[in-house]
Amino acid sequence: MTRTTEWHPHKYLPMTAAERDAMLRAVGRGSAEELFTDIPTEVRLRRPLSLPPALADGDLLAHLRDLSERNGHADRLTCFLGGGAYDHLIPSVVWHLAGRAEFVTAYTPYQAEVMQGELQAGYEYQSMLCELTAMDVANASMYDGASALGEAAVMARDLTKRDEVVVSTAVHPHYRETLRTFVQHLGIVVREVGYEDGVTLPGRVRALITERTAAVIVQSPNAFGCVEDGAVLAQTAHAVGALLVTAIAEPISLGVLQPPGAYGADIVAGEGQPLGSHLSFGGPYLGMLATRDAFVRRMPGRLVGVAADHDGRRGFVLTLQTREQHIRREKATSNICTNEALNALAAAVYMAALGKTGLRRVAEVNAQRAHYAKQRLCAIPGIRPAFDAPVFNEFVLRTPVAPEDLNVRLRQHGILGGLALHRWYPELADGWLVCVTEARTRAEIDKFVAAVSEVVS
Amino acid sequence: MSAPGDFPLIFEHSVPGRIAASLPEAEVPEVSLEEIVGAGQIRREPAALPEVSEPDLVRHYTRLSQRNYAIDVGFYPLGSCTMKYNPKINEDAARLPGFARLHPNTPPELAQGALELLWRLEGMICEISGMDRVTFQPSAGAHGELTGLMLIRAYHNDRGDSGRTRVIVPDSAHGTNPASAAMCGFEVVTVPSDTRGNIDRDALRRAADQTVAALMLTNPNTLGLFEEHVAEVAGIIHGCGGLMYLDGANFNAVLGITRPGDQGFDVMHVNVHKTFSTPHGGGGPGAGPVAVKRILEPHLPAPTIDREEDRFVLNYDRPKAIGRVRAFNGNFGIFVRTYAYLRAYGPLLRQVSEAAVLNANYLLARLRPHFDLPYDRTCMHEFVLSGRRQRQQYGVRTLDIAKRLLDYGFHAPTIYFPLIVEEAIMIEPTETESRQTLDAFADALIRVAEECRTDPEVVRSAPHTTVVGRLDEVAAARKPNLRWRPKTEVGSPA
Repeated sequence: MTRTTEWHPHKYLPMTAAERDAMLRAVGRGSAEELFTDIPTEVRLRRPLSLPPALADGDLLAHLRDLSERNGHADRLTCFLGGGAYDHLIPSVVWHLAGRAEFVTAYTPYQAEVMQGELQAGYEYQSMLCELTAMDVANASMYDGASALGEAAVMARDLTKRDEVVVSTAVHPHYRETLRTFVQHLGIVVREVGYEDGVTLPGRVRALITERTAAVIVQSPNAFGCVEDGAVLAQTAHAVGALLVTAIAEPISLGVLQPPGAYGADIVAGEGQPLGSHLSFGGPYLGMLATRDAFVRRMPGRLVGVAADHDGRRGFVLTLQTREQHIRREKATSNICTNEALNALAAAVYMAALGKTGLRRVAEVNAQRAHYAKQRLCAIPGIRPAFDAPVFNEFVLRTPVAPEDLNVRLRQHGILGGLALHRWYPELADGWLVCVTEARTRAEIDKFVAAVSEVVS
Repeated sequence: MSAPGDFPLIFEHSVPGRIAASLPEAEVPEVSLEEIVGAGQIRREPAALPEVSEPDLVRHYTRLSQRNYAIDVGFYPLGSCTMKYNPKINEDAARLPGFARLHPNTPPELAQGALELLWRLEGMICEISGMDRVTFQPSAGAHGELTGLMLIRAYHNDRGDSGRTRVIVPDSAHGTNPASAAMCGFEVVTVPSDTRGNIDRDALRRAADQTVAALMLTNPNTLGLFEEHVAEVAGIIHGCGGLMYLDGANFNAVLGITRPGDQGFDVMHVNVHKTFSTPHGGGGPGAGPVAVKRILEPHLPAPTIDREEDRFVLNYDRPKAIGRVRAFNGNFGIFVRTYAYLRAYGPLLRQVSEAAVLNANYLLARLRPHFDLPYDRTCMHEFVLSGRRQRQQYGVRTLDIAKRLLDYGFHAPTIYFPLIVEEAIMIEPTETESRQTLDAFADALIRVAEECRTDPEVVRSAPHTTVVGRLDEVAAARKPNLRWRPKTEVGSPA
């Protein structure tokens, strides 16, 4: 082949045909083909890639807009859906700041002196997450809540040298499945403790835990939206020397609920999506992980710490890296490398925007509006609450119409109804998990109630 | 803890009573919180979050952003990281409300556009990789490695072949490879590289036995060299009953040139935040979708995205699946960007790799006279120099050279990796850099090499122009300060 092979200009490629030829000459090659002679001919692709033709910007955006509009998104349907991802209001500042190209297009801060922005933002995120959870130390992020919980179980095993974890079935089913996947080849036994009236009963936990139990794992608010009694569960776990791992899928709840650090949790693993990340059909989200000071050296993931330069100026670096895979390889606390730094930054901006009083108020409004919706819905004949336990911003109802059918009918009213629980909990065939956040106005709630009333009557 | 001249923390801007958000009214009759969330469950002390106004908040994070290097600011030659330009239209696409505002628990019949996008993307990844199916759950390269190894384990176990306890990894591998193998319960066997930078086939043959579950290989490898005997290597591994895992970190070198599936690999992950231009976000989010050959398909985590006539469905009927590796549908927003990127290129994607490889060889040719080159072959998309000469002759370490490059306005290359190269300097220019940028970078690095001879102290004490000088990482790790604490807290280090 010769260097006269075609070269098509493309907006992402600065190289021109003339430059290509000149650069090939500079490296002593007659053609681009000659750069690939180390690749054995028998594994070469001898045809063009069979990909759909390139689209120019206008056509590309039109195509993507068309795909996007074939979705029942939360700007088109009024969303009462929760179950591990939550439709909260995101202040405009959050993505105007987190979306700045200097953050978005940066790599992991390996050269600290030119990455002080990213590093300081990471330190501030860690600090705010500690304040939110009342834990001592938080890492710079994990992939999502479910995988963070898997890592927390491994961490508990390493800390206690015990090989069983006991997890409540009121923990989100995706989290439990991910937990099992993560530990399946590590000799860790996962035992499940059933829920009763929507919550995890300490008596049932006590019956299952032994001196082999590394951790008791609960979620609060749990998969039913119910608030667990963290303090009693912590005492129960600690009585046999096990750790309490609290999963949190809805961190806004910590604006009004006792934080895990206040009731004795040892590890907090959770989902930070509600703190400023878009719903985005499931990701990118934000795995949160926090623990006690004493456990930090068994913690997975990146940590930002304070450092000083030769003049004593304050700066920030990635620290305690001897826990990590690039140093310790197979002895590392985890294999994690890339994390969700940008979502952590968005969470920090979100928390700083709301601040001390704002987070509390947003949480109160969630609780009040959800409570109002629950009372109104339960006044409809045939609808009753599935559980009596206290809740935050979502709750399970039992409906006289199958929840999936109910949701189909509600769509005609422009409403994205609650989650039909039967796939996750077959025993709750008529269980409907309804979520009401601060993003739902009273008018929307009233319309929702009227629509449900019409459908079930 | 702050001193005059320190850049303030957001907490240090805090003034009680300020707020940067408009708070909603309840709009509904308010009842006692205890009645809702339970007695004894109410938080007593509010979280000590910063209290700032919106202008304060905007200035703080805008100024922080100005203290950051980024691909939109300049050249970012981090080897093995593929810091290419991140197209803006992809960001617009991901923010379309039909994507950004789509709830993951939305019933599939209301998410047809999203599922179609993933289904089409799966087809494109299969075509580019030579594989048959894809799972989108893994959220990063290392997450993909773990997923891929679990698939391999499930495959062996399903065949009753449960004695395969070891995974072979070359000594040039990324640290994530052995770490992922360990998280999957495997014993790691490290195999050396030969004098041409390929995996040592004699050592590989000795290691390859009935206990081997897989070989994890990066190709091109972390020296930026193509494994010249990849088919023979695959034959050795398959011959002993093991499977071939490709770490896709360096996929950017071979798009449309050669396909891992045709090289003998059974499973791979794609770092879409490298190869397919999705932004790295200062450390993430990325995504690490895993592509497999047909033999591993039964073990992919549920759900897969299947097409049934004109509909796209989530298929949970996967009795041999390894289980979820995260909640929901993976980093969907990242896949919107991936899809937009591939649709912007189409079959022209091959030019990406041609330009990436030519740029690397061009830069290598300019730098070769000034540094040691331990493996002198045609490089692929990256190459690894050694600062051995500078260390031995002038007492200047690779770390110093990296820090000095910051003074010239460039991000440093990857350093001290791969581990098999002394004082390693690993450079990956990518295809989105112009010849003029490559020349400017080469000029700067050559000048630093000069300074090693003429003024080594200026290099050893670099950087000199950054917002902080070289930071003492050793002291930071000895006495870690990992968070701000409110001053009123008892025992606060302040």
